[in-house]
Amino acid sequence: MSERWQPSPRAVQRMRWALIALASLPLGRLVAGAVLGTLGANPIEAVTHSTGTWTLVMLAVTLAVTPLRRLGGWPWLLRLRRTLGLLTFAWACLHALTYFWFDRFFDWADIVRDIGKRPFITAGFAAFVLLVPLAATSTNAAIRWLGGRRWQRLHYAVYAVAVLGVAHFVWLVKKDLREPLIYAAVFALLFALRIAGWLQEARRRARDAKSASPLAMRRKAF
Amino acid sequence: MLIRRASDIVPSEVTPESLFRARRTWLGRAALLGVAAAAPALPLASVMAQGARLAGVKPNPHYALAGEKTNPVTEFRSYCNFYEFGSSKSDPAQYAGTLKLRPWTVAVEGAVLKPRTFDVDELMRLAALEERVYRLRCVEGWSMVIPWVGFPLSALIQQVQPTGQAKYVEFTTLADRAQMPGVRSGILDWPYTEGLRLDEAMHPLALLTFGAYGEMLAPQNGAPVRMVLPWKYGFKSAKSIVRIRFVEHEPRSAWMKANPTEYGFYANVNPNVDHPRWSQASERRLGEFGKRKTLLFNGYGEQVASLYAGMDLQKFY
Ligand code: HEM
Repeated sequence: MSERWQPSPRAVQRMRWALIALASLPLGRLVAGAVLGTLGANPIEAVTHSTGTWTLVMLAVTLAVTPLRRLGGWPWLLRLRRTLGLLTFAWACLHALTYFWFDRFFDWADIVRDIGKRPFITAGFAAFVLLVPLAATSTNAAIRWLGGRRWQRLHYAVYAVAVLGVAHFVWLVKKDLREPLIYAAVFALLFALRIAGWLQEARRRARDAKSASPLAMRRKAF
Repeated sequence: MLIRRASDIVPSEVTPESLFRARRTWLGRAALLGVAAAAPALPLASVMAQGARLAGVKPNPHYALAGEKTNPVTEFRSYCNFYEFGSSKSDPAQYAGTLKLRPWTVAVEGAVLKPRTFDVDELMRLAALEERVYRLRCVEGWSMVIPWVGFPLSALIQQVQPTGQAKYVEFTTLADRAQMPGVRSGILDWPYTEGLRLDEAMHPLALLTFGAYGEMLAPQNGAPVRMVLPWKYGFKSAKSIVRIRFVEHEPRSAWMKANPTEYGFYANVNPNVDHPRWSQASERRLGEFGKRKTLLFNGYGEQVASLYAGMDLQKFY
């Protein structure tokens, strides 16, 4: 295989800034809409829906990095994943803040009651809580401190976040399930691609192990 | 103008339906202007298109709701729940414009001595129209204040004379796949139906409604005729009604069929009975930042509480 194109570290850094700018566009639209009064008859609902949607979209984009890396042969995409994950968390914070502030006015007793009472809030809150340690361990120092294996295991929690996020959406709609089911399908596809990747990896490892055995080496020598 | 038979028309000449409808609406409006200009003394019912001013309608001072601000008509027309046109709040405003409002008939039938199918313009003349400002509380936790135009449903009920068998009234909304995208995608079990106990239907607050903000109803708000029941959650007020049926047994409404654990028959506004998805203790009045405490029966307890005397409202939600 010929040498594949690899972006320079500077190019990767530029891509990160571009992603941050791109993922912030909807926020700009929301702020402009709030100032200009163009968010419709129920602006707070519009903000809740928009921030919730972008949290889920960013989560899907983050989870798409690994399959794309493999399928597209773009290993360097990995260097954008942390940025995407943190953008997901940033949107989740805005979404949660919208609820804590505009829906509950920081009435914590009421919030705790609500989390216990309404299943869709329970799921959304659980997803948010799970995102916190993932964001907190995103620094190089944290990865070193945890060690790669443990860091990896902790970050499997992102799959639970996806499942809880979709459950949150499914449970909050009154009747029309089409939109949450589209997200469910997207995440199912992303999961399936990952599982396919793991299986392929396992098979390759098994093959490598076989070819590395003394018998195989001798056979090769002939 | 030459009128051709259908067989004479080649397909290329057929105007796309949407264009045709848009043109029809436009022609309707133009005709209306002409009518209004030429004959200002014409009876109200002949001025029929949506958005037409309802001249001579007097506000009923008993229902002025002093001290509460009416929501702007733009909010009323742009933020609607009308699943026949789609499940998003903006869908009805976007898709209902083409709803054909005339001719429109309302069949009043079932356990009555004088069943009758009314032309909606006829129906509108059954009693004097009046303006009433009511609170509207949606089950989703938001509310508005709206000046409706109509007359008490009881006026119609008295006309058709229910028999002793009539214990309940069932309302049916139009379900036309051709005109209503939400009906095509089957979110609910169409047609949309709603129901009331006969004494609820006879209550003076129950308004058979033809207009709002001094004008004929816009299609997205349930034109040409709908119910307004201010002490119940919004979904109880059936829109674009085509049938009113008097029955002996409690009818199952569309939302009860869709989700019996979440929607009951009565659906009275009650801050003490929560919906699993929305707390009903408070609400956001559109246009306000903070939330208000939701009032029992949406603040109409003085008028309607006696209807439910002795009933366990936790059980009959
Ligand atoms: C503290 C945690 C969270 C709370 C309290 C919360 C609360 C809410 C509320 C109140 C709504 C609006 C419901 C309605 O309109 O009836 C909503 C919508 C939504 N939330 Fe959350 N949420 C949380 C976390 C999350 C997370 C982590 C995700 C994504 C992974 C998410 C994704 C969504 C989505 C997709 C919507 C629907 C947007 C739409 O309707 O278009 N939420 N959330």
